[in-house]
Amino acid sequence: MIAGTNTIYIDGQEIPFTPGQTVMDAALAASVYIPHLCHYPGLPPSGNCRLCMVETGGRNVAACIAQAAAGQEIRNNTPELNAARMAITQMLFVEGNHICPSCEKTGNCKLQAMAYHLGMLDQHFSQFYQHRDIDASHPDIALDRSRCILCDLCVRASRDIDRKNVFAIAGRGIDAHLIVNSASGKLADTPIAATDLAATICPVGAILIKEQGYRVPIGQRIYDRRTICETGLQEHIAQQRRDQ
Amino acid sequence: METREHLLHRLQAIQRQFRHIPPQAMQQAATDYQLPLSQVAAVVAFYSFFSTQPRGRFDILFSNCTSCGYLVEGENLLQILCRQLQTVPGKTRADDLVSIDETSCIGMCDHGASMLVNGIPITGLNLEKLARIAQRVTDAIPVQHWPVEWFAIVDTVHRRDLLLAKHPVPGSALRQAFSQGAGETLAIIRRSGLRGRGGAGFDTGKKWQLSRDTSGNTRYVVCNADEGEPGTFKDRLLLHEYAEELFEGMTLCAFIIGATQGFIYLRGEYRYLLPQLQSALKRRRSRGLLGARILKQRNFDFDIAIVVGAGAYICGEESALIESLEGKPGIPRIRPPFPVTHGYLGQPTVVNNVETFIAAAHITVHGADWFKAAGTTASAGTKILSVSGDCGKPGIYEYPFGVTIRQVLDDCAAVAAQAVQIGGPSGALLGPAAFDRTLAFDDVSTGGSVLVFGQQHDLLTIHRNFARFFAHESCGFCTPCRVGTQLLQNTLDNIAAGRGATADIEELQQLGKIVQRQSHCGLGHTAANHVLDSLRQFPQVFPNRMRSPFTARFDLDQALASTRRITRQNDAAAHLDQHK
Ligand SMILES: Cc1cc2nc3c(=O)[nH]c(=O)nc-3n(C[C@H](O)[C@H](O)[C@H](O)COP(=O)(O)O)c2cc1C
Ligand code: SF4
Ligand code: SF4
Repeated sequence: MIAGTNTIYIDGQEIPFTPGQTVMDAALAASVYIPHLCHYPGLPPSGNCRLCMVETGGRNVAACIAQAAAGQEIRNNTPELNAARMAITQMLFVEGNHICPSCEKTGNCKLQAMAYHLGMLDQHFSQFYQHRDIDASHPDIALDRSRCILCDLCVRASRDIDRKNVFAIAGRGIDAHLIVNSASGKLADTPIAATDLAATICPVGAILIKEQGYRVPIGQRIYDRRTICETGLQEHIAQQRRDQ
Repeated sequence: METREHLLHRLQAIQRQFRHIPPQAMQQAATDYQLPLSQVAAVVAFYSFFSTQPRGRFDILFSNCTSCGYLVEGENLLQILCRQLQTVPGKTRADDLVSIDETSCIGMCDHGASMLVNGIPITGLNLEKLARIAQRVTDAIPVQHWPVEWFAIVDTVHRRDLLLAKHPVPGSALRQAFSQGAGETLAIIRRSGLRGRGGAGFDTGKKWQLSRDTSGNTRYVVCNADEGEPGTFKDRLLLHEYAEELFEGMTLCAFIIGATQGFIYLRGEYRYLLPQLQSALKRRRSRGLLGARILKQRNFDFDIAIVVGAGAYICGEESALIESLEGKPGIPRIRPPFPVTHGYLGQPTVVNNVETFIAAAHITVHGADWFKAAGTTASAGTKILSVSGDCGKPGIYEYPFGVTIRQVLDDCAAVAAQAVQIGGPSGALLGPAAFDRTLAFDDVSTGGSVLVFGQQHDLLTIHRNFARFFAHESCGFCTPCRVGTQLLQNTLDNIAAGRGATADIEELQQLGKIVQRQSHCGLGHTAANHVLDSLRQFPQVFPNRMRSPFTARFDLDQALASTRRITRQNDAAAHLDQHK
């Protein structure tokens, strides 16, 4: 392989990139899926979920924040990396209180879809059973922190797209939790609306729109029809169309 | 220079006045600083020394480090004081008089068990002292009226070399730099081979060069005095007795890179050093060594402000430190870009350890060859070590790089050590087979902490202590560290409680690797080192506690505790007799 000026190699496949692009964006643009939960096209990357860890030059880096560099050789779809991804997904499951069978998000949930994608059959680790607060104050939006995976997407969406800055993450280590930017700390006292990106971007069932429960029957939901790889690539294409 | 007080300082003052940060005060701060309320709330929640519930009028925090912690010869000093004062850890007594809790290492490791009382350290705790403290708290005698000798912190230096032997004349490095020019001074520092003393060992001259070569509106010099690695206290000595050369080194750096503002990020645990550091800065200003037109140089203005942290180990990581300087929670940034090009307020910023700046000042006075004459080829100069634990002579030792671990152990009068932890919990755990290895960047690298563990020490207890430290200090940003450090702690606790199974050995190995390889920053990258080291070198530590290859991960009877609480039944019938 000759290192082209603007080419990287993911699992041996030649992938073009534009200078300044991240490995994730270059990969998605070339229809190569790198598993991710906290990345969303059009939002600044964060690098917190660590599912998109890829190997390059003997080091592991998060594809969503690593800049593509000419000639870079990257390993993505390997048994070791996928095993680590599964362990991280399991960590997210035991950290929160995920109630898939009774969650309105089931079938539309990226965490669940990721578990399927990675072939996860159990939670492996012991459940933490943490107490996490629910906020049902808002007429249209419910927030159940038990299902939050601290991906920061609602924070970024509200700050950078909706320009309302409704959310933040506070607390250290396992005490980290989502907070709401109002004196009462309640969603009802913020300008958030059900049509905001922040209200709909949650990959899991932590932020739910009220009065819509089970409108789409189980069996016909997003990940009943498509894999998370397909939706991941589609989200990227949709954003590219918006950009044009 | 910024005139408004730092957000952390405002919150510290509120915490002192009200013993917590009330919601109205957060709201007021948000208004005054034009910040979202959620940012102020996130800052309050991030730092250990802020609380949203009132602490006691006597707020006592025991260090929980393996060297200056509250477990002393089988006694639990924290529990004893709680009993004496009729309170429980972590809760403020109903009459508001006292709150007792624990905190990560407070850097008093050479002084035995230590605590912070209303933020001020008291060292050398024993049963007798504890009783006298309890009496004073009960009598509500203000801390200012407690015996002054309780608060004296004596630095013991057992070995002095290049940096500790003699103080350079204040201003001498600057005069030298002014006369030979910034470029030549930088060239000398580059030639000296000086590498960062804070742990990572990055080439200091190269860092200064990079910052100098980056375009920016303004540049900053930051001294990392967060010294949070358990077992490290050498910066405490340096800040106390060598502050003059620290300021000199920072000013020198400012001259070389073209900065006008410097910061010292001082860990909250060292707040007691603040008055003295402030007056030393004032003295330098009055001597023309800081401020406008330093030593009458027409184009050189520079000053230093001190920002005091509020209890967060992660703020020692340079990009988290900068976030904290900017009044935010200390969450490590995405790197690159590195602080040297995009640091404080997005401007080129040099962050160096206390010792690094001091070394740079000396090198400028004495020359590169003087420095290179000590140490090894890849590790020039000396390293200041903080030695503590099971040894006869804990304290500060300055050695040329290349000294063997055995030599250090002999000098500090450690008898038959079973292991040493070099570089603190994030460093390396080494057994006797490795005692002939050397301290150097290319062998055993260290930020300066040497913890000695004698035969009487149970290594599993040490591991649990370290694991708890990392779980407590993880900033919570990324999944593998946030959850993984907690899982490591849970697994070790389970093993210690006799509920470990042989599968847990493999579990520790796998988990450790994931935390190490997949985390975002240095905290996560190193948090599992101690466990992985032990699995290699002391494989018997974990299986020793295991009863069978298979066992329940949880205690069945314990799992029923919440049911007992709800049903208010606690008789024999409400317990499982599994322990028979
Ligand atoms: C979790 C963590 C804690 C750290 N704590 C400190 C510290 O307390 N003091 C320090 O000088 N460097 C600390 N560092 C290293 C700094 O990030 C940085 O490398 C150093 O301040 C650079 O200065 P130097 O080149 O002079 O060593 C820490 C790094 C990590 C990842
Ligand atoms: S509420 Fe949803 S979008 Fe927001 S941080 Fe939690 S999981 Fe992410
Ligand atoms: S490794 Fe730990 S301390 Fe570092 S960013 Fe991740 S959670 Fe925070």
